Amino acid sequence: MTFSQIPPETRPVLIVSGFVLAILVLGTAYTLATAGTAPLLMPGYLLQQLQTGAFLGIVAAGMMMVIVLGHIDLSVPWTMTAAAMVASAVGGLWAIPAGLAVGLAAGLFNGLGVAVLRIPLMIFTLGVDSVLRGLMVAQTAGFAPQDRATGTMRLLAAGKVAGVPAAIFVWLAVSVAIAVLLRRTAFGREIYATGTSEAAAYLAGIRTRRVIVGAFAASGLCAALAGVLLAGFSAKAYQGMGTPFLLPAIAAVVIGGTRILGGQGRYAGTFAGVVLIVLLNSVLSIMQMPEAGRQVIYGRVILCMLLVHGRSARSPS
Amino acid sequence: MPIPEPAIRLSGVSKAFAGSQALDAVDFDCEAGSIHAILGENGAGKSTLIKILAGVLRPDTGEVRLGGRPVRFGSSAEAAAAGIVCVFQELSLIPDLTVAENISVADPPRRFGLIDGGAQRHRAKAVLARIGCDGLDPEMPVRDLSLSRRQMVEVAKALARDPKGLILDEATSALGAQDVETVYRLLADLRARGGSCLFISHRMHEVDRLCDRLSVFRNGRHVETFARGTRSAPEIVRMMIGRDIAAHFPPKPAPAPRAPHLKIDDLRWPPRLTGVDLALGRGEILGLGGLDGQGQKELPLALFGVLRGGSGRVTLGGRTGLPGSPAAARRPPARIALVPEDRKTEGPMLPMSIADNLLAASYDRVSREGIVSPAREAAAVREAIAHLRIKAARPSDAVATLSGGNQQKVVIARWLMTDPDVILLNDPTRGIDMGTKQEIYALMRVLADRGKAILFYSTDYAELIGCADRVAVMSDGRIAAELSGTALTEEALLGAALNIGPSRAPAEALA
Amino acid sequence: MSPDLRRLGARASRKAAPLGALALFLLLYLVYNMLHPRGFSGAVLIQNANESVALVFLAIAQTLPVPLGGLDLSVGAEMTLANCLASELVTGPPLQVALGMAATLLAGTAFGALNGLVVVYGRLQPIIATLATGAIAIGLALILRPRPGGRVDADLSWALTNDLAELVATWNLADPEAAWLRPVAWIPVPILIVLVVALGVWLPFRRSLTGRTVYAIGSAEPAAVLSGLPVARARIAAFTLAGFFAACGGLCLAIQTSSGNADIAQAGTYTLNSIAAVVLGGTSLMGGVGGALGSIVGALLVRTLSFYFRILSVDPLLQPLIEGAVLLAAVSLGALRTLRVRNRLELFR
Repeated sequence: MTFSQIPPETRPVLIVSGFVLAILVLGTAYTLATAGTAPLLMPGYLLQQLQTGAFLGIVAAGMMMVIVLGHIDLSVPWTMTAAAMVASAVGGLWAIPAGLAVGLAAGLFNGLGVAVLRIPLMIFTLGVDSVLRGLMVAQTAGFAPQDRATGTMRLLAAGKVAGVPAAIFVWLAVSVAIAVLLRRTAFGREIYATGTSEAAAYLAGIRTRRVIVGAFAASGLCAALAGVLLAGFSAKAYQGMGTPFLLPAIAAVVIGGTRILGGQGRYAGTFAGVVLIVLLNSVLSIMQMPEAGRQVIYGRVILCMLLVHGRSARSPS
Repeated sequence: MPIPEPAIRLSGVSKAFAGSQALDAVDFDCEAGSIHAILGENGAGKSTLIKILAGVLRPDTGEVRLGGRPVRFGSSAEAAAAGIVCVFQELSLIPDLTVAENISVADPPRRFGLIDGGAQRHRAKAVLARIGCDGLDPEMPVRDLSLSRRQMVEVAKALARDPKGLILDEATSALGAQDVETVYRLLADLRARGGSCLFISHRMHEVDRLCDRLSVFRNGRHVETFARGTRSAPEIVRMMIGRDIAAHFPPKPAPAPRAPHLKIDDLRWPPRLTGVDLALGRGEILGLGGLDGQGQKELPLALFGVLRGGSGRVTLGGRTGLPGSPAAARRPPARIALVPEDRKTEGPMLPMSIADNLLAASYDRVSREGIVSPAREAAAVREAIAHLRIKAARPSDAVATLSGGNQQKVVIARWLMTDPDVILLNDPTRGIDMGTKQEIYALMRVLADRGKAILFYSTDYAELIGCADRVAVMSDGRIAAELSGTALTEEALLGAALNIGPSRAPAEALA
Repeated sequence: MSPDLRRLGARASRKAAPLGALALFLLLYLVYNMLHPRGFSGAVLIQNANESVALVFLAIAQTLPVPLGGLDLSVGAEMTLANCLASELVTGPPLQVALGMAATLLAGTAFGALNGLVVVYGRLQPIIATLATGAIAIGLALILRPRPGGRVDADLSWALTNDLAELVATWNLADPEAAWLRPVAWIPVPILIVLVVALGVWLPFRRSLTGRTVYAIGSAEPAAVLSGLPVARARIAAFTLAGFFAACGGLCLAIQTSSGNADIAQAGTYTLNSIAAVVLGGTSLMGGVGGALGSIVGALLVRTLSFYFRILSVDPLLQPLIEGAVLLAAVSLGALRTLRVRNRLELFR
């Protein structure tokens, strides 16, 4: 079976998996040469890295729903932060439901703005992000909130089940849910149809507004869950905790072969994209690359992957 | 001494778009100092031809020569530099720029490298004066002009480029009598100065009065070129319609009175629909004809819940009222299906798989509790592919890999899965191959016999006559005439479309 | 109604959004000065001009990509990069200061050109492409200046952030008491800088074929292609100029603060406010109409809002919330036209 016989939707998944292997090999070669150890091949180290990757993975899962629609959710950073802050402020049994409710509300609001008002160019989610930020700044007086994450939050984010970090199980559960939603439900198929051509989907009798609102709600929920877990992991919520997740989340989805204009992409690709970014990050931190350098590398990786996928999947025009 | 080559010569020019051949090995000459009419039905390849000449499209194969010199235009700017300028039917004006800016849009007068507003205004004034539009303010944004004024600005814009070869694509359709005379005069001037003009029009009397030579196109092929007056109007019409490849239509049942399932009273959606009255029974195929743009496209959209702000009374199976959205239209009690006109953006979702395209309107039928059942999905897709004989390697292939005819079958099959009562077909056979057309004709009759009510808009008169039990001819947003039985002839259809009484002979009507 | 009147009416309605914004700004600024304890004074004007100039430049920068149907999400980052670069380069002997300023502007312009090339030849959506290049710009700025610092020539800093009289005095350009100077001596230099750049760069661009093409693409792209306008060149030029104007903003910021600061949050806020300014200034997000003047007024409106926070002693913590709400309200108002669309298929185009 040659490469061209593989269905085009599966190709990016294979490419990304190849990159993951390459990073493992090159990173190990580097550590062997400089320190004589191979942390990238130790299960303990890898699980620890994947645990920190779980938050990104959950955000990316939600982001993928919106990108398949042909939109981007730029409100993710402060949806995460707001959910985390509300969850730790509410505390107790209702902490997690309250945090998720914040994400759901933000997602629904985004969806209505995009689907009903049809505000172009992703400005609406950008505006929602800044409103959420404003709300949180006003609420917490610009400082880290005093309230701490609840025990359940900490258990889910930092605890271990059978030696494996619990956060990884949460990530896997979300992954299965999103994958099933996208491939096996009418709603998921309608997201692809709407993302391919909203006019055609509308004329096929698909309620495209509902589909858009639903996808944004899912994205908001995922961002909120990631925020709540991240607060559990760090033991508290803090200002700007979601900001470093926006670009890598978009990058993971795009690297995984989801078409940025919507309509195409497989969840397996997004999952592999997250793993790739996590490993890239590990290698960069082993090499002691500063944050600034990482920003530059993220930017370049997104651009390159966009150019690669964009060229291979271009329709004749 | 060698015979000079014609001003414009195309040899072996072909152009294909996804799934359809727009131009097929066309050879065509246009002499200097002549006005040359290009005739053909909708979809005959006229637009593609002029877009290639104007540098907007590039031919797949073949060669274009101007005065004996081979040319390959990369853009309309290059074509204009070579003297070929086109007045497009879909206006090429920029609404937010002023008249003066539009007239000199790509080649403005400059001073120190910057656009010279004063000179630009003068140039606009001069050109506008030449076409008798002195009253038009060059500083007015084009957005604020009426359609006919815009059309004249478009003419002025072409004129300002001092063309040697001028192409007019239905450029007179929006103009009043006086402006039409002005355009005629300009063309005569151009001819006198040795320029050449390609003139595309549906109005036979214009062509007859103005043009020296006529060329007929059909299905992307150049049929014949002849001098004015050597062919009668009926002969020309026959050439355009093409009797030689007449389709085989399924036999029609004997006419029978039918209780209307769909009844439309005074449906208005101004300015496109201005009071439509129509009735359609189960088991009936009602054709919708007329010249382009008389409201035929909007009527199905209005019935399907796409248009907002319409008025009128529509009764569907005993219930009054229009569905509010396509989603409501496809579900009971309305049960309407619409096969849209634009196969690129509105019908199939081209990059998606055949299976997903087939199921797009019926996911609820193959899922339980919102979860799609793989077995039922596969069965439904298999059945649809077999039923319509869709030629596809695998259901997982993208629809874009199919031919135009098979793409259309996918859209039709998608709607048959929903088991509709009313089927609205919006020019379903445009640009698809003859074999698939025949299959669609046969399918329509089978569906009608099963009790579906079918509304069938087509730009192809032969098709309307062959398939429809009755044809409603639209003009200016209302039904101008209804024809059926022996009264349903090509001559009568054309006459009604052109708003000429049915008693006159077509030769007269066209002359 | 006579045709002339109708024409005037049509013309006025096309300028209505910028004119309305201008009237609103003048009113708000007048009231602000009346409320301010030291209102209507040169000091307040200079302070306000300094606070506004960077955003004004960013708004002009954002005005160009918007008619093309794309936002430039990297303008804030480009400004930050230029800011950090200036804090390295704009110091030392006069020649070095001048070259440093030129180099800063050139770097921003080059970065903008990179955006344009990626968008046109990579055929990427401007938003996602500039989101990525913005990350690169911020990263470069952080590498240049891991923590706030640097220095900018003190004379330059003083001369360009005060009134015209001080500018003249700083460099002994003329007799500070000269009669011709007196009527204009009070004008804050930042206002003059904006005027000079707008007249020297924006107006010529507007009157070039490339500039016309930018607006033509926004108004009706197929018609622009049919008319043979240089579409690709115009797109690249729009992003290039956006980079230039963003660099102007960054340079002004460096001159004002005499330092460079690679502040990610600040870059994001500036990008956001530039979009709000463009929308408030009447540039349609759907493409087509709009201009630098409108965006300047929009930027001033956004800034005036924050001046009010100060004098009304609104809790500064509420400021981000109100800024975000203004942006959402502005874009939502612009979207009301969708309610008038009668053929729903047009919504999807």
